[in-house]
Amino acid sequence: MHTLSIRKILLSLVVLPLAANLAMAESIIVQSTTSTKNSGLYDYILPIVQKETGLTVNVVAVGTGQAIKNAERCDGDVLLVHAKASEEKFVKDGFGIERFDLMYNDFVIVGPSSDPAKVNGMKDVTGALTKIANSKALFASRGDDSGTHKAELRLWKGANIDPTGASGQWYRETGSGMGATLNTSVGMGAYVLSDRASWANFGNKGDFKIHVEGDSALFNQYGVIRVNPAKCPSTKVQAGQKFVDWLISERGQNTIASYRVNGDQLFYPNAN
Amino acid sequence: MITDAFVEAGRLLIRFDAELMEILALSMQVSSLALLISVVIGLPVGALLAISRFPGRRIAITVLNALLGLPPVVVGLLVYLMLSRSGPLGVLGLLYTPTAMVIAQVVLITPIIGALSCQVIEDLHHEYDAQFQSLSVPRTTAVLAYLWDARYSLITAVLAGFGRAISEVGAVIIVGGNIDHLTRVMTTAIALETSKGELAIALALGIILLSIALIVNAVVMILKTQAKRMAYV
Amino acid sequence: MSKTQPPLLPISTHGLSLTVQGRALLDNLNCHLSGSGITLIMGPNGAGKSLLLRCLHGLIETPAGMVRFAGEPLNAEIRYDQAMVFQHPVLLRRSVEANLRFVLGYRNTNPNHTVDALLARVGLSEKTKQPARLLSGGEQQRLALARALACTPRILFLDEPTASLDPASVFLIEKLVCEARDQGTKVLFISHDIGQAKRLAEDVLFIHRGRVAEHTPASTFFTSPESEAAKAYLSGDIVL
Repeated sequence: MHTLSIRKILLSLVVLPLAANLAMAESIIVQSTTSTKNSGLYDYILPIVQKETGLTVNVVAVGTGQAIKNAERCDGDVLLVHAKASEEKFVKDGFGIERFDLMYNDFVIVGPSSDPAKVNGMKDVTGALTKIANSKALFASRGDDSGTHKAELRLWKGANIDPTGASGQWYRETGSGMGATLNTSVGMGAYVLSDRASWANFGNKGDFKIHVEGDSALFNQYGVIRVNPAKCPSTKVQAGQKFVDWLISERGQNTIASYRVNGDQLFYPNAN
Repeated sequence: MITDAFVEAGRLLIRFDAELMEILALSMQVSSLALLISVVIGLPVGALLAISRFPGRRIAITVLNALLGLPPVVVGLLVYLMLSRSGPLGVLGLLYTPTAMVIAQVVLITPIIGALSCQVIEDLHHEYDAQFQSLSVPRTTAVLAYLWDARYSLITAVLAGFGRAISEVGAVIIVGGNIDHLTRVMTTAIALETSKGELAIALALGIILLSIALIVNAVVMILKTQAKRMAYV
Repeated sequence: MSKTQPPLLPISTHGLSLTVQGRALLDNLNCHLSGSGITLIMGPNGAGKSLLLRCLHGLIETPAGMVRFAGEPLNAEIRYDQAMVFQHPVLLRRSVEANLRFVLGYRNTNPNHTVDALLARVGLSEKTKQPARLLSGGEQQRLALARALACTPRILFLDEPTASLDPASVFLIEKLVCEARDQGTKVLFISHDIGQAKRLAEDVLFIHRGRVAEHTPASTFFTSPESEAAKAYLSGDIVL
C-alpha cells in the first residue's frame, strides 16, 4: 500500500499522459474495422504479438470506410479492414504499400425467431433478400460506409433491389457500428447483415438467430496493408512491417485460426 | 438486466478489477487535468468578462454562452483535424494519446466554466462594485477578490465542467481512439461494451461512473452547507 | 495617531446636474464647502443627498457640471484620499479581520493602522475570526467604518451610517467620526436624525429637489432656518 499525497496526484496528472506519449515510440497504430475488435480477436492475439515481437499494437476500431479515411490522413501505420475494392484503391492511390489477404469468414443474415419474411434455412442470399423486400419485413442497414455496409449494398445490387427507396420505412439505416446496429435490430425486430464474428461474440442476442448462411456471395475477406511512408513520412515503417509480417507468417496465421468463441472458429487465415 | 448490472458493478468493484481500475484511473487523470487547465483559463476569463466594460462585451458573453451547447462530437472532430498527422499540429504526434483527450475536454469545458463563472461573478460584482470603486481596489486585486469571494458558487461551475468532462464520450472516442490500455476511459469502455451487446457490463460501468459523480457532489454539498452557515455564499 | 494630511478644501460643485429618464435628480446644484469639521447633509427623502455624495466620490459616471477639490477636478489620486461608508455596509464574504486585511493589503496606509488596533477602536476585538456577514447590523457598520478609517481618508463620506442601528453602535460611530474630524479629516455626513445633526454638525447643507436650499452654520440652522423647506422639515412636516 502506498499513500496518495496531493503532490503525487498532481504529478501523475501531468506525467502520465506524457509518459503514455513516450510509450508510443515502441508502438504502432492500426486503423481497423470494428468486427475484429468486437469479436475479441485482438484481445486474443495482441498479447501474443507483444510477447513475441515486443510491439505494442494500438487498435483504433472504426468502420472500414472511416478507417481508410483516417489512414489516408496518416493517422495510422497499418490498415486492417474488409472491403477489397476500397483497399485496392487505397494502394493504387499510393496510400498503402501492398495489400495482403489475411483471413476470411462470412456474413450471415440474422433476424427474429418469428421470421416474418420466412427466410429461415435459406442458403440463397439473393432469394432471401428478395423475400425480405417483398414482405417489407424490417431490415436494418449499417448505413455507415463500413465494409459490412458495402458488402450489404453489393448483395442488394445482386438481387436487383434498391432498398434505399424504402429508407425510413422497412429499410432502416442506423449509420452506426456493427454492435450498435445489432442492438437496434434486436430492439425493433429487424433482419440485419452481420459478419459472423461480431454476431458470435454479441452479448445481447435476444431471441435473434442466424437465418441465412453459407452462400458464396457472403464471403468476407479481410486484408492488411502497411501505410506508405512516401505519403506519410511519420509512419513507423519497420514496426508496421513487423506486425504485418507476423500476421501473415505461419505463426500468426495459426494463432488467428486458434481463436475460438464458444468452441467456434471465427476467422480462417488465408494469407499466401 | 438492471439487477444484473448492479450485481456486475458490485462484482467489479469488490474484485478490484485491474482493468476497471486502469480505465477508472485514466478517466480521472484525463478529466482532472482537463479541469485544472480549464479552471486556470476559464475562471479569470469569466471574471474579467463579468467586471470589465468594453465594446463587444455583450457579444463575447453571448458567444461564450452559445459555446455551452458545443456538441462533443464536433469538438472531437475539430481537435482530430488539428492533431491528425496531416493536420496543422500533426507533427506533435498527439492523436490517439491521453493528451489529445485532455485537449478535447479542455475545449469542451472551458466555455462552461467561463460562462458559469461570468454569471456568478456578475451577481457579486453588482453587490461589490461601488464599494470596490470607493476603496480604489486595483483591478488584479479585484479579480482575485471576486474569484475568492465567489469560491463556493464557483465550485458549482467547476463541478459542472468536471461532470461534462468525465461523462462525455463523443470527443474522446474520436481523438483518443478508445485504445485498450492507452486511451480507454469509462465512457468509451461503456460505448464499446454496448456495441458488443454486453449491456449489463456497460450499465455496471455506468453505475460506477455515477457513483463517483455522487461522491464528488456530496463532498461539495457538505462544503457549501458549511459555507452557507458562515454566510460565505 | 499620526496627523492626516490637510483636507482637500474647498469642496465645490457648480451646475451639478443629473437627469435620469427625464427626471432631474440633481438640478444645477451649487455648493461651496470651505470649512473643516463635519458638514451635515440634510433634506427630505429623494432630495438628492446620496447622489451628491456619490458624485463627489466619483461613483456616478456622467453627471453634468463641475466638481472641485481644492480647485482640482476629481481624479484617481483624490479618490484614493476619500473613503465612504454606505447606509448598507458591503462586507466581503470573509472573516472580520480578513475584511480589514484586504484593504491594508494593497493600500499604503498608516503603520499605526494594524488590524488589531482598528478592531479595538470599533469594539470588535472579540470578533476577529467571525464571518463578517454574520455580525449584527451595528457591528457590520462599525467594521465598515474601521475599513474606511484604515484608508486614512482626507475626506470621509457617510451616507446615513447609523440609520436603524442600536444606540451603543450609534454612540461609538459618532465618537469615531469626531475623532477623525479632530485629526483633520473633512466629514460629510448624511442624516435624518435631527438630534444627531445637532450633536455633530459644524454646518448644514440642506438639499431640496436636487438643489441646495440653504447652507448655514449649525448654530443658526436649527434655531432659525432660512428656507421654507428647511423650516417645514425641522418642524416635522412632510416635505415633498
